[in-house]
Amino acid sequence: MDSLQNLIPETMLPDMMFYVFAGLTLGFGILVVANPFSRNPVTSAMFLVLAVISMAGLFVLLHAFFLAAVQVIVYAGAVMVLFLFVIMLLDIKDEQKRKIKKGFLLAGLLSVGTIAGLFIKGLHATRLDAHPSPTTEGDTALLGKLLFGQYVLPFEVVSVLLLVAMVGVILLSKKDLK
Amino acid sequence: MDWNFIIFSAVKIAVVIGVVQGMVAYAVLAERKISAWIQDRVGPNRTAPPFAKHIPVLGRLLTRLGMFQPLADGLKFMFKEDFTPAGVRKIYFFLAPAIAVIPAMLTVAVIPFGSVLGGQKMVIADLNVGILYTFGIVSLGVYGIVLAGYAANSKFPFLGGIRSSAQMISYEISMGLSVIPVLLIVGNLNLGQIIGWQAQHGWLILYAPLAFVIFLVASFAETNRLPFDLPEAETELVGGYHTEYGSMKFALFFLGEYSNMIASSGMMVTLFFGGWTLPFWGLDHPAATLVSGIIHILIFLVKMAAFIVLFIWVRWMFPRFRYDQLMDLGWRRFLPLALVNILITAIILWMRA
Repeated sequence: MDSLQNLIPETMLPDMMFYVFAGLTLGFGILVVANPFSRNPVTSAMFLVLAVISMAGLFVLLHAFFLAAVQVIVYAGAVMVLFLFVIMLLDIKDEQKRKIKKGFLLAGLLSVGTIAGLFIKGLHATRLDAHPSPTTEGDTALLGKLLFGQYVLPFEVVSVLLLVAMVGVILLSKKDLK
Repeated sequence: MDWNFIIFSAVKIAVVIGVVQGMVAYAVLAERKISAWIQDRVGPNRTAPPFAKHIPVLGRLLTRLGMFQPLADGLKFMFKEDFTPAGVRKIYFFLAPAIAVIPAMLTVAVIPFGSVLGGQKMVIADLNVGILYTFGIVSLGVYGIVLAGYAANSKFPFLGGIRSSAQMISYEISMGLSVIPVLLIVGNLNLGQIIGWQAQHGWLILYAPLAFVIFLVASFAETNRLPFDLPEAETELVGGYHTEYGSMKFALFFLGEYSNMIASSGMMVTLFFGGWTLPFWGLDHPAATLVSGIIHILIFLVKMAAFIVLFIWVRWMFPRFRYDQLMDLGWRRFLPLALVNILITAIILWMRA
């Protein structure tokens, strides 16, 4: 009975799961943009859903259950369904035939490279032995207090930003303004 | 890893999935019988295996009640030719039924269906964000229907899929917001703790009746049941998203729909009607003996069955909504109502504190 328990120590399991979920996230992410088998936008969107769900798995490993649940509800459950909705209503046959242009490829690589550079610089700046403060570990009440206490201004600014985007869309979609 | 935990969890998962599947089969029978009684018909009353007529009274009674009908239905679905129409998108055509069933089964994992039985908590996963988990999984259920509509590669299923994605997203918001007053009152996301609170203070339906009404209507829309079964409105869309499906694949959509119905019945019982507790005969404490543990599970099942009957009864009593009425109801009536409900609950709690 104890053989497996000795074989895999308790602390190693989260590490192993991290590599599993990180690998899945990256793999699905690559399949979103460069799927060798299909250039169907719906397939890409479905792989994005899977990438988002694997990312929720990473949050669970960090004991951020609330964040994981919200990630699935908001991104996988709502945003991506709307993506699918729009993709399905578009005429996607043109999109499948379109060739990749060199300019776009260059711009894409440049922006991804910049973000990757920022991440690597950030990783180097962090001390690896520094433990994150466990105050928000899975506790929704504490998370709420932090969001509406210490970080209330950034939180509200982001909400206003989303509101601005929404008002803009409504304004653009109205053909004749009364 | 704790071996006890793994073994007991595996047993619980197997039993719960088995019970849910069985309940689906008999919910279909209940649907047919109740619809028959409402329409002054008899309903299924003659399917029986050959040995049934040799059992004195019980055999005839069970046959009359149609108790063997689900078996026959299941066998029929299994042995029908599994036909794949030409021109469908094959991968999605095979994936969609599975995606429709899996979320429905996963939702059941966090619902506490009993107190304690032999030292084991009667819930598969005692998550501290139980409700959020449920909403997360429920929100994934829409993919089964959308992909089914897309896979069919023809107009009517596609329209059904598109409709369902708009409908389910709209009502998910009202559903999520309707639960917030409950969370405000209890102050916990764990479903077991919510039941514990109700055992002490009384059922939450007394504290948040409006929340219950919104939740009930939203769950009708989320499970695609009449009066909100727009995705499969047969008079407008032939058969909706599952027009091109047959045999076991079609049965899987059925299974998904009824499992969703069972899961949302379970959620309503847990959130608003005290779960496995009853306020009298001292049935509101976690069970100390095996017998009281079983009684708790039975109480939960009876409450759930009442909701399933409600689902079925409503389906055969009310006509279908028009699509714009459905959207109007979701966005312009229930959403503001749910927001006001949150505000009022918060103000009352704040004044009391």
